[in-house]
Amino acid sequence: MTSPLASRLPFVAGAFAALIVAVLVAPLIGSSSINLARAFDASVPFDRNVDAQIFFIARLPRALAAALVGASLAAAGVVFQALLRNPLATPYTLGVSTGASLGAMLAITFGWTLPSVITWALPPVPAAALAGAMGSVLIVYWLARARSAGLSTTVLLLAGVTLNSFFSALILFVQYIGNFADVYRAMRWLMGNLDVSTYRQLVAPLPFIALAAVAFAWLAKPLNLLAAGTSAAEARGLDVQRAQRIAFFSASVITGAAVSIGGPIGFVGIIVPHLVRLVAGADHRIVLPASACIGGAFLVVCDVIARTLLAPVELPVGIVTAVIGGPFFLWLLIRRS
Amino acid sequence: MGSARTALGSRLSTSRDAVVRRDSTAPCPPRTAHRTARLLALALVALAASCGGQAPAVSTSSDAAPARIVSLIPAVTETIYAVGAGDAVIGVGTFDTYPPEVASVARVGGLLDPDTERILALRPDLVFLYGSQTDLVAQLERAGIPYQTYRHGGIAGIVETTRSIGRRVGHAERGDALADAIERDLAAIRARVTGRARPRTLIVFGREEGQLRGIYASGGTGFIHDMVDAAGGENIFADVVQEAVQASLESILARAPEVILEFRAPGATRTETWAAQQMDIWRGAPSLPAVRNGRVHVLLDQRLVVPGPRVAGAVDLIARTLHP
Repeated sequence: MTSPLASRLPFVAGAFAALIVAVLVAPLIGSSSINLARAFDASVPFDRNVDAQIFFIARLPRALAAALVGASLAAAGVVFQALLRNPLATPYTLGVSTGASLGAMLAITFGWTLPSVITWALPPVPAAALAGAMGSVLIVYWLARARSAGLSTTVLLLAGVTLNSFFSALILFVQYIGNFADVYRAMRWLMGNLDVSTYRQLVAPLPFIALAAVAFAWLAKPLNLLAAGTSAAEARGLDVQRAQRIAFFSASVITGAAVSIGGPIGFVGIIVPHLVRLVAGADHRIVLPASACIGGAFLVVCDVIARTLLAPVELPVGIVTAVIGGPFFLWLLIRRS
Repeated sequence: MGSARTALGSRLSTSRDAVVRRDSTAPCPPRTAHRTARLLALALVALAASCGGQAPAVSTSSDAAPARIVSLIPAVTETIYAVGAGDAVIGVGTFDTYPPEVASVARVGGLLDPDTERILALRPDLVFLYGSQTDLVAQLERAGIPYQTYRHGGIAGIVETTRSIGRRVGHAERGDALADAIERDLAAIRARVTGRARPRTLIVFGREEGQLRGIYASGGTGFIHDMVDAAGGENIFADVVQEAVQASLESILARAPEVILEFRAPGATRTETWAAQQMDIWRGAPSLPAVRNGRVHVLLDQRLVVPGPRVAGAVDLIARTLHP
């Protein structure tokens, strides 16, 4: 007899296959037609091979960025929903993305430049976004700890929601004092953009994402226990405080890394986990990896739409995810009830 | 020379729809009742449509030349000074930097944050403002202060604006002379570049710092496109009928520009050193002919971003960059 877990494994494998197929197929699609044979022809020097450059500079890094960001946001969504025991939680509920956005707004508006040692790996805007995200994580954690020894999810939620509004107000203020062109670009950053143009920009956030992925692997079982409530989890021998702390930090850090790459792209972190749970049940050992894979594949597809629909003009990918994700989520909601 | 004239003439007529008529004699229904003033602000779009696609014209006109002028628009401010009415300017916008005399003039806010109280306190007898500042228009109406609205258009718009501002501030002859001079200078530049190969040009006016990302390029309409066109360049995004195009790296690689022009206003961080660093960033797309041939030019010049009377100088700068 197969265990429930084993019977769900093909679903995870299928999700993983979907992600791989999406990343492999996406670079073949674009606003211009390229000659694949020429793109992979090593005898043509790279700096003269337009087809190779469109494939390797314009498309492949975008597909990888979309996969990485989509997977991170979907997995972070799963963890936040479990940690806060709230199905409406998103990776952005606790203020990480608004902190990142504030950092990015400041960098764009004031034209910050950084020492070239840092900008080689991380240009000013992503660097400021990452710093803003990490700053807001620490503030929320400090607030949640101030009231009680453990992590109070209620305080966590309140602090996060308040910080979100506070940072939003600061963003408006920064935009108010900024000049017109910068405000326009800042607004555009908020709509999401995965046109990273180099692989370097994916490398710097990678350690954060890898670290969080390791934590997520450990978290799957504790999150299953936490779903039944903290006292029940404690009764079954879980160090609840430690699990909550790890869940909070890993999910926040991976969200910050994802936002620094692509901006605050919405809906991935909420519709993908719900869709996966609908199909595969609530076991986090299945939901976490499957959501990561589906989330990555979903965002890769959305980005293909974003860069081809209105070509040569770019459509912000955040608008694509919202237009697809919003109605889909509502349909899900009606169908379930 | 004759063919250049014709080319300019046809451009004048083709881009007419982008031009805003500010002339008080424009064939718009005259405003009669004060009560309609508030409705007028709401009905701007409809009114513009009734004027054949042109923006709302003037509230009141008086025969005497204005003696207390407020201008919220850098390009208009430059024109007022250029036609010799600078002495009458008593208030300018936040972003006005030219001519140097404006440094000592009162500041009254900008496009999004006009300081209405300040403007009223200055007791102007003519206010130049953006057509989109409908709240301010309504307030000026209520206060009975004459105003003229303005919207950025192409080069033809600049020439026409110069004439109408000259008339409006009582220096019609100098306005016409200035407009003629702009047209003459532009025609001379067009004649100079006629017959030369027109390099396929990417015109960038915004980009994320230190990256080939979030690139804003000029589409095929508006004053920046017109300037490069006049200077003998072929805009690679000419087919996109928008002023600003958010261009993906893919579309830029596919369109393979022979020259890349980045237009930026000089500023505290925008120095020649900064400009030199931007060339390095473009090496991230090495197949671009412009990058291979070292034809990425970062131009730091206020004239490139203000659609005002110095436009011919800006076009000359571009022409010399495109056709060295």
